[in-house]
Amino acid sequence: MAVIEIENLTKDFAVGFWRKRPVRALDGLSLEVRAGEIFGFLGPNGAGKSTTLKLLMHLLSPTSGSARILGRPAGDTAMHERIGYLPENPYFYDYLTPRELLTFMGRLFGMGGAPLARKVRELVGEVGLAASADLQLRKFSKGMVQRLGIAQALINEPEVVFLDEPMSGLDPLGRMEVRRIVTGLRERGVTVFLSSHILPDVEAICDRVAILNRGRLQEAGTLEDILRARISGHEVILSGWTEGTLEAIRPWCSEVRAMGERLHLRADDREDLEAVLGFVFAHGLELVSVNPIRPSLEEYFQTLVVGK
Amino acid sequence: MNRILAIARNTFRETVRDKILYNLILFALVMIGSSLALGQLTLGNEDKVILDLGLGAISVFGLLIAIFIGIGLVYKELEKRTVYALLAKPVRRYELVLGKYLGLLWTLGVNLAVMTAGLALALGYTGRAPAGAYWRLLPAVGLIFLSLALATALALLFSTFSTPALAALFTFFLWVIGHFNADLRTFGELSGSPAVEALGRALYYVIPNFGNFNLIDGRGVLQTAGYARPIDPWAVAGAGAYALLFIAFLLALSVIIFARRDFK
Repeated sequence: MAVIEIENLTKDFAVGFWRKRPVRALDGLSLEVRAGEIFGFLGPNGAGKSTTLKLLMHLLSPTSGSARILGRPAGDTAMHERIGYLPENPYFYDYLTPRELLTFMGRLFGMGGAPLARKVRELVGEVGLAASADLQLRKFSKGMVQRLGIAQALINEPEVVFLDEPMSGLDPLGRMEVRRIVTGLRERGVTVFLSSHILPDVEAICDRVAILNRGRLQEAGTLEDILRARISGHEVILSGWTEGTLEAIRPWCSEVRAMGERLHLRADDREDLEAVLGFVFAHGLELVSVNPIRPSLEEYFQTLVVGK
Repeated sequence: MNRILAIARNTFRETVRDKILYNLILFALVMIGSSLALGQLTLGNEDKVILDLGLGAISVFGLLIAIFIGIGLVYKELEKRTVYALLAKPVRRYELVLGKYLGLLWTLGVNLAVMTAGLALALGYTGRAPAGAYWRLLPAVGLIFLSLALATALALLFSTFSTPALAALFTFFLWVIGHFNADLRTFGELSGSPAVEALGRALYYVIPNFGNFNLIDGRGVLQTAGYARPIDPWAVAGAGAYALLFIAFLLALSVIIFARRDFK
């Protein structure tokens, strides 16, 4: 079941002082995010990720197209009771303490009393701010504000959470924490829509991704599918080889490297791979591994963005 | 309603933790205190001088609080993007505008109460004012509160679409012009030119008439033999109704502008 349905969403901004001309920030985006998945929304800076999230949060009105969350239009206030949002580079009232901010945010959902106090205590613990729960935010580092931002997005136990660059500003440990929180959300059945340009994190936790560039959707699907389509060959590792082996299989391989007892080969297409494997089995060599050679998300992202 | 109150409460808390507020109150109290010294220079007019200066100080410093803190708050909310997280919650935009406004009124009310207490203390120090004067301070300050509530609504409206500096300037100018509003109309009528007369009349209706609220001055509060100026309850009620209608209009306009706004 789709919990986020984006259809042909387009947003133009007017720029210029006297003669305003429209600049298209988002161009006909259509997407579906299913219940319970972690959906990664990728793209370089200025690709239109934050614009999309703001359109979904109804902070911006679309030029055309529509977006529905949990079956309700983006502007439906009642639907907002069931979602959470972390803005990009969040900033909160710096005269408040985390406890006060979370209590205030909770009140906007009609929460109060002991259950709210309990929820606040639980959340500051979960994002690792328990020790500074009563410190004014003006004394906070960027990473601490980011953690608090995640906490405030979860105050209402949302069914869908939108996180705009949740890893930015965090050190490696902080990023690991966020990854833990996000996967924890999935375990509880929460759908997470996460925009990021920190690809290894996305690769580690996202079930499906969409890649956006210059306001246009380039690709959407599981990482497996996206990257499998780009397998550029296979790496075969053998041991127990002789000089004779080397000569015999060289015609099928685009690359042959001997590393101690092991031989690393690269076969570019399927026939070559089958020929190599046939030779290996026929001559009783020891097969250590066969691995598809596919680009990492980072490499793919680079070719996609720079290549155009 | 709960959400509006939560936002109002948070706005009040923000102003209470702002140092500017305390500076302004301190200045106002010093000003009221200094009226004691000025009063000494007059012969038997002490109480009137203290009251006129004191009410004037409350009005001016109240305006400064409304302008600086009021405009700053809305601007900060937009500029520092705290509004993003807020509007993603089940908060309607009008609730945010009304919550901010109520929070500012709350701040103004508490400040006016502090300044009024200071004024009453100054009056008590001379010990010559009639007991009723202390009670009559309340409608006098109440009218100031209404005029400041109107100025705050203006400031809020301007800050929904312009920069804080411009919003402060617009509010301040309208506050000053608004005190001479009736003169504008009279000027138009005396000019003899139908165009100028129409302009004077139009300005009279468009610009909030802050002169409406100058109904109770030092004489009105004292009501002693030498300084009697009867208070017309109908005029006070009229000023109240005028303020409420004008505020409702300004807030409605702010809500419309804010509701259509894109938060880039």
